[in-house]
Amino acid sequence: MTLEELRKLRGQMKTEVEKRNTEGKTIQIIVGMGTCGIASGAKETLNAFLKEIEEKGLADHVMLRQTGCMGLCANEPTVEVIVPDMPKVIYGNVNAKVAKEIIEKHIIGKQLLDKLIIDRPAADIMSK
Amino acid sequence: MHYNLCDMIADITQNAVEAGSTHITLECIQTQDALKVTVQDNGKGMSPETLKKAEDPFYTDGKKHPNRKVGLGIPFLIQTAEETDGFWNIQTAPGRGTTVTMNFNLANIDTPPLGDFTGLFREILTLPGSFDMDIHRKNTTVNLDYRINRNELKDVLGGDFESAASQILLQKYIESQENP
Repeated sequence: MTLEELRKLRGQMKTEVEKRNTEGKTIQIIVGMGTCGIASGAKETLNAFLKEIEEKGLADHVMLRQTGCMGLCANEPTVEVIVPDMPKVIYGNVNAKVAKEIIEKHIIGKQLLDKLIIDRPAADIMSK
Repeated sequence: MHYNLCDMIADITQNAVEAGSTHITLECIQTQDALKVTVQDNGKGMSPETLKKAEDPFYTDGKKHPNRKVGLGIPFLIQTAEETDGFWNIQTAPGRGTTVTMNFNLANIDTPPLGDFTGLFREILTLPGSFDMDIHRKNTTVNLDYRINRNELKDVLGGDFESAASQILLQKYIESQENP
């Protein structure tokens, strides 16, 4: 594939994700990619999300972001999921299988995966 | 240590991004029994004292996580290189950026597997921030040699690295370079 071909493919996408003006309306999946996350397999988690998003036809509706350590190293890989009109949650121990479940149940089914939610860490070790 | 060498490279490259760099160069040159990696950034750099401390797993600058007592990125690199007959070097000075060199001996049975370069490049290109990045990937065993520039790709993708749609296209583009 050349850069020109890539540009064409991009052009075929819906002018898509007018995300800048729909701030707060976009689904966001944020994967912790600090040393701890990477060591626990966060890259496979990230790849699994991308694959699942593509397979379910959600590519235009989801932002997939990376962040550093979220301060929950014991539960890596950790993933924050933000769906409009649902509580923001952080899931722990998100391997490829759980990533698939998050897409199916949380993103599509609008149901929280209760057992995998972890509390936010103490404020003093949060990155922001 | 990290599960594979690409994870190691991702970790070290993330340090370069977090050092406030505006330009990062990553070179991954693979031969029959060696992988030579250079990560060069123009970020804030480190003093010799800070570098010495960064080599210690029980040191972290305390800025990201004020009460955290460990920082494992560079110690993982040292551990991997030293245990597998590899080589590592860090050249740095405050305000002058940092250059990390890692040579891995692919013939050593204890060297972690290579990992997945396509995913690695997609992952580090889409790290948040406005830095530019040049990637040079070479594999002499299959006569592979290509370069990728972050700003150029970002422009082609309409300035957007965050939508899953862009990342899927990016993945396909890099895949076509890695496995032509």
